[in-house]
Amino acid sequence: MNHLGFERKPVKIGSFDFTCCEGCQLQLANRESSLPDFLALIDVRNFREISSERHDDYDIALIEGSITRSDEIERLKAIRRQAKVLVAFGTCACFGGVNSQKNRLPEKEAEQVVYDGRPVETMPSTRIADIVRVDFSIPGCPVSKDEVERIVVSLVNRSMPNLPKYPVCVECKQRLNTCLFDLGEICLGPITRAGCDAVCPSGKTACLGCRGPAEEINFPAFMELVREHGLSPVDLTEKLGFYNAFEHIHRTDET
Amino acid sequence: MIYKVISKPEFRKFIDTLVKANTAFGPRQVDTDHHGEPVYQFMPVGSADDIAFDYTKTHSSAKHFFLPFREEISHFTFRDGDWEQQIRYEARPVVLIGLRPCDIRAVNILDDVMLHGPYPSPYYLARRKNTFIIGMDHLPLPDCFCKSMNRHTVSYGFNLFCSDIGDKFYLSINSSKAFGFLKEFETGDPTPEDDCLLIERRKLIKQSFRTDVEVTGLPCFLDIEFESPIWEKWGQRCLNCGTCAMVCPTCYCYSVEEHFDTDLKGSSRRNRLYSCNLVDFAEVAGGHNFRPKNSDRLKYRYYHHYRGFAANDNQQICVGCNRCGRACLTGINPKDVINDLRLERESCMTCVSPSRNRT
Repeated sequence: MNHLGFERKPVKIGSFDFTCCEGCQLQLANRESSLPDFLALIDVRNFREISSERHDDYDIALIEGSITRSDEIERLKAIRRQAKVLVAFGTCACFGGVNSQKNRLPEKEAEQVVYDGRPVETMPSTRIADIVRVDFSIPGCPVSKDEVERIVVSLVNRSMPNLPKYPVCVECKQRLNTCLFDLGEICLGPITRAGCDAVCPSGKTACLGCRGPAEEINFPAFMELVREHGLSPVDLTEKLGFYNAFEHIHRTDET
Repeated sequence: MIYKVISKPEFRKFIDTLVKANTAFGPRQVDTDHHGEPVYQFMPVGSADDIAFDYTKTHSSAKHFFLPFREEISHFTFRDGDWEQQIRYEARPVVLIGLRPCDIRAVNILDDVMLHGPYPSPYYLARRKNTFIIGMDHLPLPDCFCKSMNRHTVSYGFNLFCSDIGDKFYLSINSSKAFGFLKEFETGDPTPEDDCLLIERRKLIKQSFRTDVEVTGLPCFLDIEFESPIWEKWGQRCLNCGTCAMVCPTCYCYSVEEHFDTDLKGSSRRNRLYSCNLVDFAEVAGGHNFRPKNSDRLKYRYYHHYRGFAANDNQQICVGCNRCGRACLTGINPKDVINDLRLERESCMTCVSPSRNRT
C-alpha cells in the first residue's frame, strides 16, 4: 500500500501490562465489526492476551498499568530501550489510575488490607511518565477502541495523532443529556478531556475524570462551582483523586 | 397566510395523525431536576400523548435537526491509485412540533447564514426543505429576553403556527402542505371574537416579559468596549466547556475533520459543531493559538452574536432564548454581561462629567 509516497506497512506492536486490570488491552480485541481490519494494521510481536508468540522487535510499545514494584521499573526501562514509540495506554499508565488511591494510606495499612499481612514488595503507584519518556498518551478507563483505532490509523499513515483538547461537556451536550449538576451531582465533565462520547454522564453517572484534565482547564472557576454546589474541599480531593488524573493540576492550584 | 381556528381536542387528533405517519420530534420531559422542575428536550414522539404541549423550555435548541452535531459530509473510496467521492444530500422528512417563535426566528437566521450567502449549503437545504415545522406560542419565562431582541414574534419560516386562545388554537397556515394536511380535520374560519382573543393573547405575551436587555446601539457600544476589563472579569469564570454554543439555537461554527476508514480503503470528511469558547478554536497548524485567553474567546462569542452580524447583515444573531445563560454552570449570561458592560461605561467618571469645552 502506498500513501502520499510512503509505503504503508503494518506497525510492529508490543503490548505490555504492569499494575492494572488488563481491561485496556482487552479493548484492542473489542469492536468486532472492524477487528479484522484493525488487526491488518498491526503486526503483533508481543501481546500475551492474544498471542503466545513473543518477539522483541516491536517498534511501538503500548504500556498498560501503573508502576508499583521495583522490578516493574527495570522491565519498563528495557521496553523503552527497544521501542521507537512508547505509548501510555489507559488511565493507570497515564496518571497512576485507581491504584494510586493506596498512595493516600500508610504503606503498611494498604498492604494489610489487600494482602492480609502476607509479605509483599510494593511502593506508591506512579504513572509511567515518572519513570521513562512517554511519546504519546491514550487515556481512558478503559481506553476507547474507537480512539485507539483512529490513532493506530494515524501511526500507519504517519500523520499526527491527536486527542480532543476540550472537556466532556461538549460531547455530553451533543447527546442532549441533562446536566448532572442540574440533577444535584458533582461531575468532573467540565474539566475532563473529551473523547469518551460522555459515556458515563449519558448513563447518569458523574464523570470521575478517567481521561485526565482537558487542556487549559479553568480550575479556580471549577473549584468555585463545586463549592457553590456544596461539595467540601475534602470531598473534591477525594473525587479528583479517584484516578489520580488531576494530581499535578491540583497541586499547582494549592501552591 | 391563511388563518383558521381549531378546537383543542381536534388539534390533538391532527397532531396524533401527523406524528403517527411521520418521523416526528416534540418536547418531552426527560428528567426532573434537583429543584423538582421538569427537564424537557426535543425528542422523538410516537403519538400526541408523548408530547408535553405545556412544556416550559427545552434545555437544548432545535438547531441540530438542521445542523447535526456530527455529520459525514462526504466519503472517499480509493481505487487503483485514484479516488471517488460520494456525497449524499438526502434528508428524511421530519416533523418538528412545539417550536417557540424565537426558535423559528433562529432557524430563519440559520437560513440567512447557510442558504443566502455566497456558498449555500446543500446539506442544510435538504434538511430545511424536508422539515415540517409547527410552532406554538407561550407565555415568556422569567428570563426570556427575546422581546429585547425583537424575536418574540414570527411571521415566516414555519408551516403552521398555533396561538393558544383558550378552548381553541388560532392557526397561522404558512404552507400548502399544512393546509392540505388540515383539510382532513375540522377547522373553522376565525370569528371576530377569535380575532379579539388572538389580540388579547398577543398583548398578554408582550406584557409578560420580565427580563429586558438593552441592545440599542450595542454593535457600536461593543466596538468602544473592546478593551473593557469586563471581558477579563467574565472570562475568569468561563470553563471553556462549549456548553453555551451547543445549546444555542444559532451558534453554527463547525470544524471539519478527515478520518481514514480502518481498512485504509476509504476515508470520510466529517463536520462537527464547535464552539469559539473551546481552547483550540483558533489554533492553527504549527500550534499557534490566536485566542489563547478565556476572556478573548468569550468576548469574540459575544462579538459574533451582537456585533459582527449586526454590522454585516443588519441583525444580531442572538434570539434571546437564554438557553446559554441557563446552561452555563458558572452563571455567564447575556443579560448580565451586556448590562455589566453598559453599567461600566455609564458610571464612568469621565463620561458622566460635563465636558470642559461645554462648560
